[in-house]
Amino acid sequence: MSEFFSPYDADRPLMLKCSCGRDHTAADHHAEVAADAAAARLRERSETREFEAYSNEFIEATLVKALFPQDEVRRRFLRAVGKGTAMAAIGSVLPVASLQAMAQEKQGALEKTNLKIGFIPITCATPLIMAHPLGFYQKQGLNVEVTKTAGWALIRDKMMNKEYDATHFLSPMPLAISMGVGSNAMPMKVATIQNTNGQAITLANKHKDKRDPKQWKGFKFAVPFEFSMHNFLLRYYVAEHGLNPDTDIQIRVVPPPEMVANLRAGNIDGYLGPDPFNQRAVYEEIGFLHILTKELWDGHPCCAFGTSAEFIQQNPNTFAALYRAVLTSAAMARKPENRELIAKVIAPAQYLNQPETVLTQVLTGRFADGLGKIQSVPDRADFDPMPWQSMAVWMLTQMQRWGYVKGDVNYQQIAEQVFLLTDAKKHMKALDQKVPEGAYPKFKIMGREFDAAKASEYAKSFPIRKPA
Amino acid sequence: MTPAKNLNLRAGLLSVLIFLTLLGIWYIATAPSGAAGGSTAGMTAEQIEYAKMMGKDPGAPKSGGFPTLGAMGTTVWSHLSNPFYDNGPNDKGIAIQLAHSLGRVALGFGLACLVAIPLGFVIGMSPLLRRAFDPFIQVLKPISPLAWMPLALYTIKDSSISGIFVIFICSVWPMLVNTAFGVASVKREWLNVSATLQVNPLRKAFLVILPAAAPTILTGMRISMGIAWLVIVAAEMLVGGTGIGYFVWNEWNNLSLTNVIFAIVVIGLVGMLLDLAFGQLQKVVTYVE
Repeated sequence: MSEFFSPYDADRPLMLKCSCGRDHTAADHHAEVAADAAAARLRERSETREFEAYSNEFIEATLVKALFPQDEVRRRFLRAVGKGTAMAAIGSVLPVASLQAMAQEKQGALEKTNLKIGFIPITCATPLIMAHPLGFYQKQGLNVEVTKTAGWALIRDKMMNKEYDATHFLSPMPLAISMGVGSNAMPMKVATIQNTNGQAITLANKHKDKRDPKQWKGFKFAVPFEFSMHNFLLRYYVAEHGLNPDTDIQIRVVPPPEMVANLRAGNIDGYLGPDPFNQRAVYEEIGFLHILTKELWDGHPCCAFGTSAEFIQQNPNTFAALYRAVLTSAAMARKPENRELIAKVIAPAQYLNQPETVLTQVLTGRFADGLGKIQSVPDRADFDPMPWQSMAVWMLTQMQRWGYVKGDVNYQQIAEQVFLLTDAKKHMKALDQKVPEGAYPKFKIMGREFDAAKASEYAKSFPIRKPA
Repeated sequence: MTPAKNLNLRAGLLSVLIFLTLLGIWYIATAPSGAAGGSTAGMTAEQIEYAKMMGKDPGAPKSGGFPTLGAMGTTVWSHLSNPFYDNGPNDKGIAIQLAHSLGRVALGFGLACLVAIPLGFVIGMSPLLRRAFDPFIQVLKPISPLAWMPLALYTIKDSSISGIFVIFICSVWPMLVNTAFGVASVKREWLNVSATLQVNPLRKAFLVILPAAAPTILTGMRISMGIAWLVIVAAEMLVGGTGIGYFVWNEWNNLSLTNVIFAIVVIGLVGMLLDLAFGQLQKVVTYVE
């Protein structure tokens, strides 16, 4: 019983209460103190000149990369106009670009300082959440309330109802909402990608010997939402192995915590879900990690941070401040040495409400795979904020492939409307600057190259697809 | 000792006995199987690390599976000893969550009373209206309250008002039906007497019909309150934010069975108290001939 009262511990007062004066167990107390200490240490790290320089440079680099996705173009541009002009030009294109100046001079009054941001309690939301305890929102003059939300459909509804000012999205969601697929149409914007990689296919323990997807005929899988990378990647993966996801397997939409419970009950055979619920299934000893989505597409986007076009229009400075806070957070989360502390900060009940060890394994990439081995994959989850428009185009090709959108799709137009890199280009044009070639880097997905310029052919090239 | 008192005492003792038996079964069913922690002897460093990653820290028992009675007790104690803490919007004490839920129920239920009782009165007094309204009531009554939620979210465009609306829409029907029934079945003689005495319609409604129908109306309210309390948990699990339903959802998200069981017990107890309160009210208005 000494865990609870420690009557023989000379160093602790015996108050039949926790020594901090509140009523909780010693274990809770330790967890709380550890979380506070971790937050304090991270805050300290974020206030060093080194990190500030790093994060400023990170934000600037992010912007320049957004404007010049092809390095060659960037270098040509810089050589042609010189560094000073280039910086001035970039500084004038996005409200975001003036953020550095803003941080020091606070130019441009914030239109709105009390903001409500929604999140789903999964590790993808890490930058959005940790910006709160670390005071990154506050530093931008924002009073942000991060609200845990019960599901993706509710996130969609609350964004459309304007209950939230900005939110954690699954990155295909803003595309779907903007197009009016699965809801009324309402223009949404993706400001940053929250996280890259960070998902996995988890299978029930009884399928340990069925590691080849060809043996999965008749399996029941769960994904968190229809318009999710989870759904598209799972479909892609099984289709590459010759199974038709619409007829050979069953895919259901199930909220992540219920995935674990359903896996235990045997209702589903596996899922492609967000972490920490893959690792949680391992921790609960009911499933194992079949494959990380990193193996399918290294650096694939998962969740996004975004808001409505209307909000940005009405509150450009607030949006810029918010953008900066989230980017600072992403800069912090990118550094592997911070990950362990971050896990401590976001584990408590008001954020993810998960065992700390599960989060640590997800974020540090040193994890138990459920098959008895420890794996080391440092970029199992990463935080690269670039909303490449070619990623959006890929999502659109998959929405078309599986019949979520019918007919022809103007990929680039939609991608540029939703994935916020275009504004920059528009402004550059207005300034008579040479407009960069576009934000369409190529990607490799399961060994196959995707070129956004040939999206239509790509969408039609798959042997397994929904008949049009 | 009177026989009734004797019976009460015996029943009480039996209740306690049943309760203890249930706890005993729980205790035995979840008793640790002995070698839970295990020793680290003969394990490689990697195996030890793996065990730790699985939450099987040698020395500290893993809190997995169905919770033991001890774990349950700790949970109950920690919730009850600090019911009013507030760690921001996503983590509040159990009393605050309950207050949010009760507030929503009170609001939705109050609105339903305001609509259903007067309407039920009118319907009960007029056979024409009763027939005219009947098909609508019959269709709307069996709709599961949660089926209204998407529609409410879409049209009302506010999640907390949507929650209140769902409470409202599910508590209206029993009250409406019972009020109408109560009013319609007031004894003929009493109405005849009031007619003979030429009581004006308002006085007739308040001094003759209302007292006569009051027990039936309260039965309707009691049923409605039960339903409202059932629905609030589900609605809050769907909408999130605050309330006991959100608490359940949040702990479900954490896969924490102890907390979910605790919430279930609390929901049951509060529901019982609400029902008891209406039972008392009913006794007050019942007229014994």
